[in-house]
Amino acid sequence: MASRLMALWDWFDSRMPSVAEEWRKHAAEYYAPKNFNFWYYFGSLAIFVLVIQIVTGIFLTMHYKPDAGLAFGSVEYIMRDVWGGWIIRYIHSTGASAFFIVVYLHMFRGLLYGSYKRPRELVWIFGVLIYLTLMGEAFFGYLLPWGQMSYWGAQVIVNLFGTIPFIGPDLALWIRGDYVVGDATLNRFFALHVIAFPLVLLGLVAAHILALHDVGSNNPDGVEIKKHKDPKTGHPLDGIPFHPYYTVKDIVGAIVFLAIFCSILFFTPEMGGYFLEYNNFIPADPLKTPPHIAPVWYFTPYYTILRAVPPLFNSQFPGVLAMGVATMILFFLPWLDRSPVKSIRYRGTLYKSALGVFVVAFLILGYLGTEPTTVWGQFGFDAFFLDTKEIATWVGRLGTVIYFLFFFLMPWYTVRDKCQTEPDRVTM
Amino acid sequence: MSASDSVDRTRRNLIVATSIAGGAASVGAAVPFVVSMWPSERAKAAGAPVEVDISRMEPGDLKIVEWRGKPVWVIRRTKEMVDSLKAVAARLTDPGSRASTQPDYATNEQRARKPEFMVMEGVCTHLGCSPQMKTAAAKAEMGTDWIGGFYCPCHGSKFDYAGRVFKGAPAPLNLPVPPHVYVSDTTILIGDDKKGA
Repeated sequence: MASRLMALWDWFDSRMPSVAEEWRKHAAEYYAPKNFNFWYYFGSLAIFVLVIQIVTGIFLTMHYKPDAGLAFGSVEYIMRDVWGGWIIRYIHSTGASAFFIVVYLHMFRGLLYGSYKRPRELVWIFGVLIYLTLMGEAFFGYLLPWGQMSYWGAQVIVNLFGTIPFIGPDLALWIRGDYVVGDATLNRFFALHVIAFPLVLLGLVAAHILALHDVGSNNPDGVEIKKHKDPKTGHPLDGIPFHPYYTVKDIVGAIVFLAIFCSILFFTPEMGGYFLEYNNFIPADPLKTPPHIAPVWYFTPYYTILRAVPPLFNSQFPGVLAMGVATMILFFLPWLDRSPVKSIRYRGTLYKSALGVFVVAFLILGYLGTEPTTVWGQFGFDAFFLDTKEIATWVGRLGTVIYFLFFFLMPWYTVRDKCQTEPDRVTM
Repeated sequence: MSASDSVDRTRRNLIVATSIAGGAASVGAAVPFVVSMWPSERAKAAGAPVEVDISRMEPGDLKIVEWRGKPVWVIRRTKEMVDSLKAVAARLTDPGSRASTQPDYATNEQRARKPEFMVMEGVCTHLGCSPQMKTAAAKAEMGTDWIGGFYCPCHGSKFDYAGRVFKGAPAPLNLPVPPHVYVSDTTILIGDDKKGA
């Protein structure tokens, strides 16, 4: 039997040797640094969640109706009458939030260990593109249940494009396909959500991994393992083959992830209104905005930046521009960071404190975006510079300034930082 | 001269010419896909004017009607509401409605044909949410200097009873006033101001 199977494999391999070649190149003989730690789970977990989203998404489209008159009802139909529909839908909705949690931690790992620095700039750029595509994918998907939050969220985001000078109003009209968010909008968002953006996402993930495997993985010490190779084999001395070492490690990560994921899925799939907002269980009503609307948690830091900027010259475009720049600036990170070392382990206090303040500011921006601007009340005094007395708006402005200063001042403080000397080889 | 160390200019020019022609054809082929995303003829045809019966509205009432898929408000303002318009002028971004959208007959302090009835689109000029009426009684929530108007739940913009935006709000302009006309004492036609009047 075994020899029959080997013969079959030989038959296949002699006709299509690239399968075995690619396996060796990307798994069995891809040498990754031996000192990966906890932070290195999130790349493979992101791929895992992507697969979950694609599989559950396929089964949801079998029952969902992309029609303004039927969409809300078809989601409730999936939840109540389709066999297993409730769990497939909750896996998909929980998976959306899980995707962003995993991706944010994956990006934070990059900030910790300088994974975006030379020679991995392209890996980082593809990663930022994945992040932006994921935001679009999540935004399109959120309209589909056609609840109040779906509707008004889409209304606000499409109108962001409407604020661009000159072409804005026509652009917003072209995106909606109607004068208001309606059936045409729902139909095209469905097409983009289930076909266009997933295809782009898969292509970008492939590019991200190919670019990574060309230059090799970074590691918690931020030293290049390719500098010291075994003279006989040519493999890095500090590297181990991805398969079986890291495939096994990543399976452990996937199991822990699934334990947490399933606890949320079975016990609190709405996550107290953060993963599925309560207002979205009310059908879309174009005549009535809910008393409090907020985007899903993963957009809220940028939403607060949008709200923080006051209008200038009778236009709300500056706020939209600030939000756009806040995401686009990520592309330039590899060139803003001028530190001689990569890893936080060998950086000085300047970068460590800048990163700490940035993380706190990002979390506060995220929290404020989930709440109304009146959440912290008003200042008790009057002053000429207070165009609004709302405390939350001012804290949001402060957070916005910190967010941008982290990036704009980076070329300055990374050069002046007192860094330690990197070790020659990785430490364990 | 061998073929390996020189470029055949004729062939190179042909390659350039076919590439340009092919590129132009590709751009041309994208046209039907791009235009397919504009509003369809059916979507453009929708949007007839609507009539509103105001005979049963009490002072302070707000009525929402749908016109072109948007909420349009008809508010029967009390005397206090109309009086408040003068008091807030200094706190507004565009008190004279110079940069805002309204028909000529509504370019006044009340932004209305008749001060008692306010007709405006209930769509925030910031990013399109629909604001809510907050009367002067809502001081606890809106701040002690609040004397009534509208509040947008999305980004916190505030408007007075004529839809004029307060300073410090993200919304840049006053709420738009749609074309409208009194067909009779108890009926307003929204979306058209040519009939009757």
